[in-house]
This record gives sequence, C-alpha cells and structure tokens, in this order.
Amino acid sequence: MSLLTIKDLVKSYPRPGRGARLSGRAPGEPASNAASEHRVVDIAEFSLAAAEQLALRGESGSGKTTFLNLVAGILAPDRGSIVLDGREVTALGEAGRDRLRAETIGYIFQTFNLLQGHTALENVELGMAFGRGVDRAHAVELLRRVGLGDKHGHFPRQLSTGQQQRVAVARALSNRPQLVLADEPTGNLDRRNAREALYLIREVCREEGAALLLVSHDERVLAQFEQMRDFAFLNRALGTATP
Amino acid sequence: MIWNLIYRSLRQHALSTLVTAGSIALASGLLLTVWVVKTQSQAVFAQTNSGFDAVLGARGSKLQLVLNSIFHLESSPGNISAADFEALRRNPMIGGAIKTAIPIAVGDSFQGWRVVGTVEKLFAEIEYAPGKRYALAPGGRNFKIGEHEAVVGSFAAKRLGWKLGTTFHPQHGVSEKAERDHDELYTVVGILEPTSTPVDRVIWIPLEGIQTMSGHNPLAKAEISAVLIQLRAPTAGLMASNLINQSGGKLTFAYPIGTIVAELFNKIGWFDQVLTLLAWLVAAVASGSVLVSIYNSMSARARDIAILRALGARRRTVFGAVVGEAAVIGVLGAALGFAVYAVLGGAVAAIIQAQTGVVLEPWKFNAVFWWAPATLVGLCVLGGFVPALKAYRLPVAETIAPVS
Ligand SMILES: Nc1ncnc2c1ncn2[C@@H]1O[C@H](COP(=O)(O)OP(=O)(O)OP(=O)(O)O)[C@@H](O)[C@H]1O
Ligand SMILES: [Mg+2]
Repeated sequence: MSLLTIKDLVKSYPRPGRGARLSGRAPGEPASNAASEHRVVDIAEFSLAAAEQLALRGESGSGKTTFLNLVAGILAPDRGSIVLDGREVTALGEAGRDRLRAETIGYIFQTFNLLQGHTALENVELGMAFGRGVDRAHAVELLRRVGLGDKHGHFPRQLSTGQQQRVAVARALSNRPQLVLADEPTGNLDRRNAREALYLIREVCREEGAALLLVSHDERVLAQFEQMRDFAFLNRALGTATP
Repeated sequence: MIWNLIYRSLRQHALSTLVTAGSIALASGLLLTVWVVKTQSQAVFAQTNSGFDAVLGARGSKLQLVLNSIFHLESSPGNISAADFEALRRNPMIGGAIKTAIPIAVGDSFQGWRVVGTVEKLFAEIEYAPGKRYALAPGGRNFKIGEHEAVVGSFAAKRLGWKLGTTFHPQHGVSEKAERDHDELYTVVGILEPTSTPVDRVIWIPLEGIQTMSGHNPLAKAEISAVLIQLRAPTAGLMASNLINQSGGKLTFAYPIGTIVAELFNKIGWFDQVLTLLAWLVAAVASGSVLVSIYNSMSARARDIAILRALGARRRTVFGAVVGEAAVIGVLGAALGFAVYAVLGGAVAAIIQAQTGVVLEPWKFNAVFWWAPATLVGLCVLGGFVPALKAYRLPVAETIAPVS
C-alpha cells in the first residue's frame, strides 16, 4: 500500500504582469489559459510507499518546491489527485489540510524557516503543537538526537547554520509524521555538515518509520540515496518528461 | 498553545509591547482621573455645606456668596450690617425658622490662607456633617471672644507648619500677596482635627477680631460678611428665600446650598465635557496605536505566521493569536492604567484639596473602574482584528518562499 499516490497533478502560476493575481486561481475559475499562465508542475503519476526514502533530482526552477508545497497542501493544484495516507488532499478543506500537515507531514524547508522568537526547544515543540499536542520529552529527545541536547534555550540567531538545520530536522520529525518532505535541506551547509545532516535526516526518518521525499539538485546529496528519480522525467511541464 | 504563541510574540516584540501598553496605560489613567474627578467632585461639592442650610449675605450672586462663605473661595459680595440681620431675626415669619445662625467676617489672610472671624459657637455646637462635631487636636482649645486667639484648620496648620502657641500677624486682603500686616499679634490656641471640608483651610479668629482689626474701616465694627444658617424646616428656607430675595432689599438669601453649588457645575459643565472628550480621544489614539504597532510588525511577522500555518496551525489559530496579543496588550495597559491613575488621580485630588479643602476619594468604587478598562481592552481587540484578518488571509506558500 503506498503512502502517497499522485495522479495528473497540474499547477500553473499566472505570468507576472498582465494583472496576474499572486494568490493563484479562485476555485470555479475557467481552466488554464496558456497565454497568461505558466505551467510549473504537470505530473502524470507518482507514488511513494510508507517508510520509503526517495530523492528527486531537479534543476533550479524546475518546480520542486512547488511540487512539495502541493503535497503539503499549502498550495492548491489546478487539477489532479493527491492521496496521502488514504485521504484525498485536494478534497480536504483548508482546515483539513492544516490538520493533515499538523499530524502526518514533517516539512524541512529550503531555508529552515525557524521562528526567530522561539528557542530551539520551542521551535521543535511547535512542530507538534498543532497536531496531537506538545510532548516535551519527545522534543528534548529529538534535540538530543540531532546533537543539540545543550542548546534548548538558544534562539535561532544564536545557532550556527548547521545547528539551525538540525533544529529544523528535529522540528519536522517532532509530530511523528508518516511523510517527511525535505526541500534542498542541505543547500545552505558546507560539505561536511551537509553529509552529516543528510545522514541524520535519513537515520531519524528510518527510526521513526517515516517516509522521506527529498528534492535537490546537489549530486553529492543525491548520490547517497539508493532510490533517486529525475524530476525532469517526472514533470511534464518541463517538456522533457518521458511518456 | 495559543497562549504560548502570544507570550512568545510579546516576548519577541518586548519593546513595542511595552510602549504600546504604556500608551494604553496613560489613556486609561487619564480616563479614570477625568471620570472620577468629574463624578465625585460634583457629588462631593454639592454635599459640602459645612452643616448649614443657607447663607445670608449682601445683595449679589448666590453662587458667589456660597463660594465665599462656605468654600472660602472668590471674594465676598460685600458686607451686611449686624442690625439688618437682627431685624431679620426679629421678623416673626423668618426668625422662628432659624435654628442656628453663625456670623462670619472675612477680608484678611495669612500667606494666602484666609483668616475668617466667627463665634465660638461654630466649633462648640455645630455638626459640620450629620453626627460630626468639630474636634481639636490634643492640647488645643477654642478661641475666646475678646482675645487675640486663633483656631486653625488642620490643612492650613499642616501647610503652615503651625503648632499650638505659634503667633502671627493677619494680613490685609485675601490675595496671595497680601497688602500689609495688621498690628495685632494672634496666638494659635487650637488646631482642628481634619474634617474634609473647606474649614480645614481656614484660620479662624473671633468675629470682632476682624471687625476691629487695626486699619479696617471703623464702620466695619458693626458689619459682618455673611451669616451661616441652620433651618428648622426646609419649608422655612423656601419662604425666607422668597421673602428676602424678592423684596429688593440689601440682602441675599442663598438656599439651598447644594443646588447653588450644582449651578456652578452646570456653568463649568463644558469644561469636563472637553476633558472627557480629550480622555476618549487619547483612548482612541492609544488603541489605534495597538492596531498600528501590530500591523506594522505584520510584514515582519508574515513569514512567522506562514511558517506556523505550514506547520499545521489553523487559520483561526493564527487569527486568535494576533487578536489575543492585542487583547493582552490591552489588559496589560489597563492594569498599568490603575498605576497611572494612582499617581494622576492622587495628584488631582491633592490639588483639589489644597485649593478647596474638599476631599475626593480616588479609590472609592466608581463604575468607571470596570467599564473604562473593559472598553479599552475591547478597543484593543478591535484594533487587533485588522492585522489578525491579514494573518488569516495570508497566502502560505508565497510568504514562506525564500526571499532572495
Ligand atoms: N508564486 C509564484 N508565482 C509565479 N511564479 C512562481 C511562483 N512561485 C514559483 N514560481 C515559478 O515556478 C517555477 C518553479 O519554482 P520552484 O520554486 O518550484 O522551483 P524549484 O525547483 O524549487 O527551484 P530551486 O531549486 O531554485 O528552489 C519558477 O519558474 C518560479 O519562477
Ligand atoms: Mg525550491
């Protein structure tokens, strides 16, 4: 049984200028108008099994972040189906998608996105706050697990980039997600830290039984995965996809 | 969780939190002060009659007569002859209605504190408020007619630093810069216990002391400034009022004192309306500042809010957190407002006491104590709605996108 199943997923952005609206398209509006829209994601089929770890290779601008945002439900697709843990994401309302993120998904952002006003521990706790509730012991354990057992009270600005990244990893796993989305998680790290961080992400995901979907353009990162797919072949919007 | 979010946000924006709460506190303190002074002073002034029902004095304004003889403010409308009063006393229609009559004579002062002549009976017999008689501080006694002795109101004594046995020369005139000293040397023989009435601000000496003071007009020997009157029945007051005021004679009968004082508040009504309006404006500006301070930091917060949403926070959670933050600032400000009020209200009450002898009680319960803070918090919440709506509508994916 696959954890994540995607079919005919399409997402276009309005082209800048021409009175394009930033917030995308309202639900009922007529479908794509090729001249004013720019198709970024067009995926025929994609699936990921529970606890599977998969890396997607993609050039910058190829729509990787957009794709992950669609899966996370913070972007609405133009059409298509995303079934996560048996639930059709596109059919859920806003609140339902919030809940799905809170309970089922852990997201490691390209830019970490830690809250500056929250300490390391508080950031990790935020990861579970909106789902099943804060479990401080678990948060403490995760921080220890990522090697920040002595940095609970540090604010992000008091941490190095690599340490911030590790807080982001701990946060993404704090809600015991079934699916961890990692968007170029090592893009801001030096080589050694990148390798360590990646190892950590994979290890913790494995321990927690979470599936990992990682996107990157960094060959060194991709090389560490047993399973790797080319986003260029997956995403028909790039015009390079294999039929 | 929402409280955690609010607390951490307030912590993160501690300075702006403090500044905003401070402005709310000022507004709240101002509103409380204006309101309490407005409501209490009207009631307290209208009740202040030092135990008398009416005042008889020279032809003129009743208000001026009351202000001068009861509150010891303003100037006297003029003197009346003792004979005129005696004639009135013998009038069968009026004389019988008068229970007590206390003559006073004004016109002198000491360093801005008024020196008023009266009779021993004032301190010996009169209840200045129902059931309350004048009492002298230990060791003191009433002045004696014919002696150069003084009984001093508690507030005046305290301010002047006078003790029993202190001596002074009364000065001519009632202004701060009195014209000249009289030759007579008076000795303080009694200091009154506080009464919370204008009596506290006065230096009292025997009536004929003023009448015969060296340098006063010799004709003044038989004159008094006013007679403070207690009546046997209210009907007598109305009757006397009609009889005296409409006879076109030399006298004015000011009755009832409370109603005449209330007239004063009607006259200065516009003033406290202006003050109230001002207080409300300050309150509006202060709660507007909550809106502005949260709204301004919204662009900085947008990213944080988008992150919270991406972590699964619901729209109503981030909405609630922003509104809650505004509410907490409001509550904080309103609470601090009582501290501001303690200072501001206390100062105003002290000034009013110094100027009039009337004592306000700033901490006596007033409805404004709950509705002013409640209204301010309400306004803050309203102010929080604007940025909260922005948080509610925030497009998550775009806001969270890395800024390059
Ligand atoms: N809100 C938006 N409105 C319009 N176009 C957008 C928007 N967000 C992204 N795009 C466009 O969609 C395309 C894909 O963007 P996306 O961020 O998904 O790329 P990416 O593969 O994550 O790139 P990178 O590796 O640099 O992070 C880009 O051409 C970008 O310009
Ligand atoms: Mg990206």
